[in-house]
Amino acid sequence: MAEAAAIAARPVRAKLSRDDIIMRGAMVVLALFLLVAIVLPLYFMLSKSFETYTYRFESIEFQVNDGDGWGETLNALTLGQALGVVTPERMVTSNGGRFQASEFFPDFSFRSPRLYRIRNAQEDAGGFMVGGGPVFHTEWVEVTSNDFRRVQIRPALSTGVDNYIAYVNTPSLFFSVYNSLFIAVTTTVIVIGLAFFYAYALTRTCMPFKMLFRVIALIPILAPSLLPAISLVYLFGNQGIIRELLMGERIYGPIGIVIGSAFWTFPHALMILVTALSISDARLYEAAVALRTSKLRTFLTITLPGAKYGLISAIFVVFTLVITDFGVPKVIGGQYNVLATDIYKQVIGQQNFQMGAVVSVVLLLPAVVAFIVDRIVQRKQVALLSARAVPLQPKPNRRVDIGMGIYCGVVAVVIVGILGMAFWASLIKFWPYNMSLSLGNYNFDVMDGGGWEAYGNSIRMALYTAVFGTMIIFSGAYLVEKGRGFEFGRGVIQFLVILPLAVPGMVLGLAYIFFFNHPGNPLNFIYGSMAILVLCTITHFYTVSHLTAATALKQMDPEFEAVSASLKAPFYRTFARITVPVCLPAILDVSIYLFVNAMTTVSAVVFLYSTDTTLASVAVLNMDDAGDIAPAAAMAMMIVYTSAGVRLLHALLTRGLQRRTQAWRTR
Amino acid sequence: MTTDKQAGEPYLRIAHVIKKFAAFTALNDVSIDIDEGEFVCFLGPSGCGKTTLLRAIAGLDIQTNGRIEQGGQDISALPPSERDFGIVFQSYALFPNLTVIRNIAYGLENRKLPRAEIDKRVRELLELVGLTGQEDKYPAQLSGGQQQRVALARALATSPGLLLLDEPLSALDARVRVHLRHEIKQLQNRLGVTTIMVTHDQEEALTMADRIVVMNQGVIEQVGTPMEIYRHPATAFVADFIGKMNFVDGTVAAAGRVKLGEVELSCDTDGMASGAPVQVAVRPEDIIARGVAADEANAFEATVEDLEFLGSSLRVDLAGENLGGQRLTADLSVNLMRELALEPGHGVTVRIPAERIRLYAAGGT
Repeated sequence: MAEAAAIAARPVRAKLSRDDIIMRGAMVVLALFLLVAIVLPLYFMLSKSFETYTYRFESIEFQVNDGDGWGETLNALTLGQALGVVTPERMVTSNGGRFQASEFFPDFSFRSPRLYRIRNAQEDAGGFMVGGGPVFHTEWVEVTSNDFRRVQIRPALSTGVDNYIAYVNTPSLFFSVYNSLFIAVTTTVIVIGLAFFYAYALTRTCMPFKMLFRVIALIPILAPSLLPAISLVYLFGNQGIIRELLMGERIYGPIGIVIGSAFWTFPHALMILVTALSISDARLYEAAVALRTSKLRTFLTITLPGAKYGLISAIFVVFTLVITDFGVPKVIGGQYNVLATDIYKQVIGQQNFQMGAVVSVVLLLPAVVAFIVDRIVQRKQVALLSARAVPLQPKPNRRVDIGMGIYCGVVAVVIVGILGMAFWASLIKFWPYNMSLSLGNYNFDVMDGGGWEAYGNSIRMALYTAVFGTMIIFSGAYLVEKGRGFEFGRGVIQFLVILPLAVPGMVLGLAYIFFFNHPGNPLNFIYGSMAILVLCTITHFYTVSHLTAATALKQMDPEFEAVSASLKAPFYRTFARITVPVCLPAILDVSIYLFVNAMTTVSAVVFLYSTDTTLASVAVLNMDDAGDIAPAAAMAMMIVYTSAGVRLLHALLTRGLQRRTQAWRTR
Repeated sequence: MTTDKQAGEPYLRIAHVIKKFAAFTALNDVSIDIDEGEFVCFLGPSGCGKTTLLRAIAGLDIQTNGRIEQGGQDISALPPSERDFGIVFQSYALFPNLTVIRNIAYGLENRKLPRAEIDKRVRELLELVGLTGQEDKYPAQLSGGQQQRVALARALATSPGLLLLDEPLSALDARVRVHLRHEIKQLQNRLGVTTIMVTHDQEEALTMADRIVVMNQGVIEQVGTPMEIYRHPATAFVADFIGKMNFVDGTVAAAGRVKLGEVELSCDTDGMASGAPVQVAVRPEDIIARGVAADEANAFEATVEDLEFLGSSLRVDLAGENLGGQRLTADLSVNLMRELALEPGHGVTVRIPAERIRLYAAGGT
C-alpha cells in the first residue's frame, strides 16, 4: 500500500527524445528570429517615439571679453528670449539638432578680436560642441571669435509624451489623420461595392467569359501600387489624355489617391468575397423559391447575411491596405498629406526620426484595430460553416447574365485601361510631343534611380525572399502545428507569427532603421545590405504565408508523427519524405506569394535600401520623384512582366510537378 | 521479441496511472496487469479515458502520475521513439505519397537493414495480411479494408512486442468490419503479439478480446473475460453498458430475497441490509416463459403490454399490477409467441432464475 501511494504521488517527468530536443532547439531559434525580425524593432521604434530632444538654454552661460576683462555672466535662455531667437518651437529639435551659439550675439563677427567664454551651468544638460568635440563639464571654455562661430549648443534627451503633444498641436501633421481616414473609408466603400457585385457575378450567375474576367481582375496584384498612380498621371494629369473627364478637378490629391488605391486593392477584396460567396448553401435558396420569396428579399435575407463575415473581412483588409499604402499617395497625392507619406517626409525629408516614430505609432493604431476585429470575425466564421451544405449551382437568367456581363466588362476595361496606359506610356518616345514608339524609356542605365542594376537587385531580393522565406516560414509552421509538448513555446510563436500582419510596411521599415542602425546592435553590419531587405520583406509578408502553410499542415493526418515515432523514424526524415512532398502545392504557393510581393513592395524597403541595393520599385519611386515619369512607368511595367512571367512559370511548374510527384492524389 | 523475464510476471504493468488535463482528470488511478500474448480490449463510452490510457502506454501523452512497465522495464517517462510498440489508428495514418510497399517498409528502412532483407520481410507481411499483388498502389487507390491491412502490416513490420489498436475498425462499413474482426484476431493468435485494442463497440470487444477492461469516467469499472463481464457485471454501469439489461427498483426483503412491486424473488443479496433500496438487473433473455408453472420458484404473473418484432425473436414488454407499475423487457422466440398466443393485454407466467438476478445499490447507474 505504501509503495502504491508512493507511485501515485510521484509526478512523471517525461524524458525528452532526441527529436524533442532538436525541435525545441529549432523553436528557440525561430523565436529568436521573430524577436529580432519584429519584436525588438517595434520596441525600439516605440521607445524612440517617446524620446524628445530639447535645447536646455537655461543651463548655458556666456561671458564676453572686448579686451577690457570678462563681462557679466549671460544666461542663454534670458538672452535668447530677449532677442527673440529662442521661441518654444525652436526649443524642440531632433537628436541631430544644433543651435549656433553666435545667434545669441547679433553683432557677432568672426573677424572681431572679441573673446567668448561658454560653460554648462549643469552637467546633465545637452552640452555644446566646440572644436569638434562635445563638452559636458561645467568649466568655462574660452574661444576666439573665429572659433565661436563654430560653437553649437546640443539638445538634451528626455523621455515623455512631448512628441505626441507636439504632433497633436501641429495642424499640418495632425490633419493627415483626417486625410488618411477619409481616403481609407472612401476607397473601402467604393472597392467593396464594386468587388461585391463583381464577385457575385463570378459566383452566382451564368455570365459569359467568367474565367477571363477573373484573370483580369487579379492583374493588379502583379503591379506595385505606384503603377496605377503613374497611369493616372498620364490619363488625368496636366497633360493627360482624358483630363477633361475630371471637369476641372485636379487628379493630384484625394481623387487620384482614391482611384489609384481602388485599382490595386480591388483584387484583394475580390478574392475574399469570391470565397465568401462560393460557400453558400443551395438548400436555403431552394427553400426561398419554395416559399415564393422575391429576388430582392432573397438577396437581402440570404445572400448578404451569408457573405457577412467575408464582407467584414474584406472591408478591414481594404481599409488597412489603403491607410498603410505609401506608393499611391507619394506619386499622385500632391499637397494632400496622409500618414504614410508623413512618415516618409519626416524621416527622409526632415531627418526627424522621433516624429517619424510618432506618426508610425499613430498609423499602427487603425491597423491594429482592423487586425483585431478581423481575427475575431474569422474565428466566428469557422464555427458557422456547415459540412452538410450543398453547393449552389447558378442557373442561367438572360437579363441578369447580360447585365452582370456588361458590369464586369466595364470594370475589366477600367483595370486593363489603367494597366494599358502605363504600358503604352512606357513605349512613347517623349510624351506628349513625340508620340512615336520606342524602347528608349527602358534604357534605365542612362537615368538616375538605379538603372538595370536596380532591376537585377529586385530579382535577387525576390529570389532570396522566396527561397529563405519559404524555408523559414514552412519549417516554423511545422514546428507550431506538429511539435509535441512545449505548449508555452508554441503559444509564444503562434502569437509572434500573427504580429507582422498588423504592422504596416512603412512602420516596419522605420522600426528596422531604429533597431539595426543602432550603433550598439551587434547585427548593425547587415544595415544597408541585401540581407536587411530580405529579412524585412520576409517579415512583412510572414503572416499570410504562415497561415497558408499552417492550413496545409492542418489538413494532414495528425497521427503521422505518432506513427513515425513508433517506427523509430526521426522527425526530420518524416518531414522530408512525407510532410514536404504532401504539402508541396502549398509550399509553391507561399514561395510565389513571397516572390511577387518582394518584387512589388516599396513601403518597407524605401527606408532600407543603400546605393548598392536599390530596388526596381524604389527606382520607380525615385525616377517619378525626379520627373522621369516615362522611365518610371517602364520600370513599373518591368515589375509587372516579371511577376506575370513568374506566375505563369509557377502555374506550369505546379502542373508538371503534380503530374509527376503527386500521382497518389488521384484514385 | 521480448526481453527475458521471470515466469508469472506480467508483460505490461500499469500501476496507479493518473492523467490530468488542466482541471479535468481523464484517468484516475488506473492499474492493470497484462500478460504476454494476451488480447485486451479497453471498452467504454467516448470520453471514458480508454484512448488516453492507450496514448499513455504509447508515450504519446505521458501520464501525470503513475508507472508503466513493459517487459520488466519502467517506461513511464520514455518518449514514443524509445518504446517498443506498433500502432494502428482509426484513420490508418498511411503516408499518402508512398506506395503500399514503401509504407510497410518505412519502419524497416529506419533500422538500416540490407535492401534484400527489407524486401523479404515486406513480402512476408503482404502475404500475412493478404495484400500480395497490391504493392505498388497508393493508399488512395485501396479500399478501406485494404488500407487497414496495410496499416496493420506497417505496425507489425518491425516485430514490436506490443501492438496498439486505436478504434481500428470504426471507419469501416459493417460487413468489412465483421470480416476484419475475425482476421485480426486470427493474426494475433498466430503471431502471439501482446495486443491492446481500444473500442466503444461492445460486440467487437466481446468477440475479439481475451480480457475486457471496461472503463468509465477515468476509472476501471471491471476487468474480466467477455463471459465474466457479460454474466457477472460488477457494477450497474457495466451491466447497463454491455448488452441489454432491465433495471427495476426494488428493496431487499430479507437475506436472499428481493421484492419488486408485489413480487418477491429469491436471489443473491450479497450481504445487503434488509429494507435497503436496490436496483434489480435482469437480462431480457433470462426471463423464461416456456412451460412455467405459477407455483414454481421465482415465477410470477405479468401482462403483455407491447410486442416488437425483431426478426428471429420478439421483444416483449411486460407490466402489470404485480410489478407495481414498472416494466420488464423479455426476449422471446417467435415460436414461443405462437405457442403461447401472446398478444397485448394477455397475461403470461414468467420465471427468472435466482442466479440470473443481480442487485446493485440504488442510484448506482
